[in-house]
Amino acid sequence: MALDNETVQTIARLARIKIDQSDVDKTRASLENILDLVAQMEAVDTSGIEPMTHPFDATMRLRADEVSESDQRDRFQAIAPSTERGLYLVPKVID
Amino acid sequence: MTITTLATLAADLDSGKRSSVEITQDYLNRIKHSDHNAFISVNEELALTQAKSADEKRANGDSSPLLGVPVAQKDIFCIDGTQTTCGSKILENFVAPYTATVVGNMQSQGVISMGKTNMDEFAMGSSNETSYFGGVNNPWRSTAKGYENKNLVPGGSSGGSAAAVSALLAPAATGTDTGGSIRQPAAFCNLTGIKPSYGRCSRYGMIAFASSLDQAGPMTHTAEDAALLLNTMVGFDAKDSTSLNVPAEDFTASLNDSLEGLRIGLPKEFFGEGLDSEMATIIETAVKQFESLGATIKEVSLPNSHLALPSYYVIAPAEASSNLSRFDGVRYGFRAEEYSDLDDMYTKTRSEGFGDEVKRRIMIGAYALSSGYYDAYYSQAQKLRRLISNDFTCAFTECDVIMGPTTPSPAFEAGSRSDDPVSMYLNDIYTIPANLAGLPAGSIPAGFTSNGLPTGLHLITPYLQEAKMLNIAHKFQQTTDWHTRVAPTAIGGSQ
Amino acid sequence: MFTWDKRWEVVIGLEVHAQLQTKSKIFSGSSIAYGAEANTQASAVDIALPGVLPVMNLEAARLAVKFGLAIGAHINQRNVFARKNYFYPDLPKGYQISQMELPIVGFGEMDIETPEGPKTIGITRAHLEEDAGKSLHEDFHGQTGIDLNRAGTPLLEIVSEPDMRSPAEAVTYLRKLHSLVRYIEICDGNMQEGSFRCDANVSIRPRGQEALGTRTELKNINSFRFVERAMEYEIERQIDILEEGGSITQETRLYDSDKHETRSMRSKEEAHDYRYFPDPDLPPMILEDSFLDEVRATLPELPTAKKERFQNEFGLSLDDAETLTADRQTADFFETVSKSTKAESKIVANWMSGELFANLNKSELEISDSPIDTSQFALLLDRIADKTLSGNTAKKVFAALWDQEGDVDSIIEAKGLKQITDTGAIEAVVDDVIAACPEQVQQFKDGNEKVIGFLVGQVMKQSRGKANPQMANEMLLAKLV
Repeated sequence: MALDNETVQTIARLARIKIDQSDVDKTRASLENILDLVAQMEAVDTSGIEPMTHPFDATMRLRADEVSESDQRDRFQAIAPSTERGLYLVPKVID
Repeated sequence: MTITTLATLAADLDSGKRSSVEITQDYLNRIKHSDHNAFISVNEELALTQAKSADEKRANGDSSPLLGVPVAQKDIFCIDGTQTTCGSKILENFVAPYTATVVGNMQSQGVISMGKTNMDEFAMGSSNETSYFGGVNNPWRSTAKGYENKNLVPGGSSGGSAAAVSALLAPAATGTDTGGSIRQPAAFCNLTGIKPSYGRCSRYGMIAFASSLDQAGPMTHTAEDAALLLNTMVGFDAKDSTSLNVPAEDFTASLNDSLEGLRIGLPKEFFGEGLDSEMATIIETAVKQFESLGATIKEVSLPNSHLALPSYYVIAPAEASSNLSRFDGVRYGFRAEEYSDLDDMYTKTRSEGFGDEVKRRIMIGAYALSSGYYDAYYSQAQKLRRLISNDFTCAFTECDVIMGPTTPSPAFEAGSRSDDPVSMYLNDIYTIPANLAGLPAGSIPAGFTSNGLPTGLHLITPYLQEAKMLNIAHKFQQTTDWHTRVAPTAIGGSQ
Repeated sequence: MFTWDKRWEVVIGLEVHAQLQTKSKIFSGSSIAYGAEANTQASAVDIALPGVLPVMNLEAARLAVKFGLAIGAHINQRNVFARKNYFYPDLPKGYQISQMELPIVGFGEMDIETPEGPKTIGITRAHLEEDAGKSLHEDFHGQTGIDLNRAGTPLLEIVSEPDMRSPAEAVTYLRKLHSLVRYIEICDGNMQEGSFRCDANVSIRPRGQEALGTRTELKNINSFRFVERAMEYEIERQIDILEEGGSITQETRLYDSDKHETRSMRSKEEAHDYRYFPDPDLPPMILEDSFLDEVRATLPELPTAKKERFQNEFGLSLDDAETLTADRQTADFFETVSKSTKAESKIVANWMSGELFANLNKSELEISDSPIDTSQFALLLDRIADKTLSGNTAKKVFAALWDQEGDVDSIIEAKGLKQITDTGAIEAVVDDVIAACPEQVQQFKDGNEKVIGFLVGQVMKQSRGKANPQMANEMLLAKLV
């Protein structure tokens, strides 16, 4: 499975991962190796087979609508990189 | 030097021969003297406080079976107030503000957590070499020619847990298994490692790698210990929508049941090309041993098992790529020091915070899910998953347990495969199918290669039949002594 | 009224996010109460700590099904949550849990009234999803503050077909939808607090052309008036571009109500690839027939059925029935009053649409907050029916009731507004008026019948408004003819 460097950069960008220009060939090669392994799947005819997203085809259990959580802001924000007046701070978001 | 089992420790505590504080202190001392790099963090003070409290509870009549027994926890489980890194730089300074359900269950049974064990970063790896906190030395060091002074990997991703138990730094440890991460290191380190049915152990508080595959389990010297520890780990959890709501079971209850009439299935696909020939012989010998216990052996087929590895390397990275999006430097964990704007902050944080293997799998996953590729990759992999699962259903009409080698080859030298991800992935070729199907599976010590390296016998049983598997493993261990062998670099301690 | 060059046909589809009226969030036990201090309603699950997992709220499923049943939609008894992956600081997991391939509510329909007659609008689907947090831009040294209290609030996204052909039609549909979600009590409909939000997909095409034009998505429109104005602006903008030979860019545009214009949202320009896939933390939701039956039993009478019944049972006009069934509280108010007063239903309708609505509007109150309750309102109308009050004196009593000066009868007593119906008392006044106004009496006798009004007025004046005007009228006629 051949990838081009542009595709590699597009995927990296989607995942918010930076790939230095000097590493892009190496990254591309290792991704291609994995895709070659995965390519064995192509040969199998799976028409009529339902995808299995959960082991044993489990079904959802729903919970009662109750407020069970209390305020833990101070505990949670003690481990945050940057907060002020109870808010998490990030570089300016531009809409 | 001999191994010390949980069962022995429990008996000593019960008879008053030793206190929990004494036992815990003993193991903490061994950890200090070890150079295996098995632990990322050790919380001596907390462990001793818990030990003291366990001794008090016992004095007050509490008779929980593992009350006061110290164990090691894989550093993938959140424990309130303790550093929880998942083997990653991005969580290097993360102090969890809550406790995983599995650990909470163990604590409520009086089990003591001594520290957090080393692991492949986000459980992605089969050698423990992707850990940000460095590799782990396998306590089993070959003495054969050509191996002198060479470090072997303990397997992964639960490499630290495996090394800790194998080096006698802890009597038992927890692990997690997404594609073989309990069983493969158990095989490499001569341990009993059990991956229960998907949903047995709550995933709440266990940092997610691939949500539909991840499952916690025990890593111990014996099947009996695995049953004892598993008893404290499992249980329905309303906080996990995939948790199984099944009646509680005592996994030790049927350990000694007769194996008369047991039907063992050997999938021909697990004994083909790629399997180390010496290991093949060891496994065949081990399986033969069961005949003397009354079992019959027959060949079965899992015709789609060759598709497990490719399916897994789509499903697991796809789920992981999404699961790991929360590590963005906003609410906890590492944030890059310098950045020009929001996107730059995200990108630098994740690029500096994640290691190469994690980045590789995130990218594979993002690609497999991306527009135009979803059907060919993710959807196709989930369909193959059903075929693989159906193979097991079919095979289990002919046998009660499936056996084979846990790994195609024994522990290898550190650094020997880290440049070739795909050759590393092949380690899990026999273990992955059980994860895809959600079935209980385990690895038990089955003998040693001529170079003195452990070999694991792989067991797979039908859904929810952990007790049967432990019974089979226990009976085997009653007639063999592979599991009692002590690793060459184990730390003796006071025993 | 907005008009445009009719060579162009307008095509509008709406996506409405209705916040479901649950107590807790869709996947966690945090409160969704509005207005709490920042991040105090953001639990471990809401801030996406490592290792946490979602557990679906049954009530959110129930409310979504209730909506589906109300619009006669197909309910997907097996529906699936999917992850929509993108990075944004108000999205803690880096993905939003939503529904993609199998939404809980499938295709349904809603009828609206248009100037050209009734029209059916298709509702493509309605799916459950979690809301994101809020970004606060002001005053953090050039940084943005993130509040995750809203993250995980349950939303029902209701997607219409591109069936609307004018902004007015779109607003009619939107109002009807707004009324319905409140009727069936799944959403409080508060647009200011963002409980009911609307995005509009707007495109134009030459009349007669089948293919749809390129659409733009208008976001951030939080009132009916702005929805209409934003669409109007956007239609004019698109017509201008196409008539000048340009082409429309498919993009998301933000409506600025201060400047009355839409502008492109730069941050959304980058092509998204959301990489949807079924959420492995949440197995498929299976809804049994019995659950659907249970929800169906909780459905109130729906607006259309109620409107018909009001016409049949109470003899209301279509207009009155429409007005009085616009929301459930109003309809209930009308029905309660009608059933307990001796007054005719038409009078109840008039007094509600007149005095009551005028005062509610002026005070910006909902009918549920009316200072006059149904029993006092009914009593007031009783006093008109039994002739204790005239139309004018009843208005005075209404005003006093509104100001909470007492109950109907004590106000009538205190203000001395009791209508005089005693024949003898009225006759005395009538005689006085005939004596005092010989000129007008003569005009009447000369054939100017209109002057009777003046004479009745004089009787009312002398009795300080308390004489029954009808009796006065009859008595004057009897004495003068």
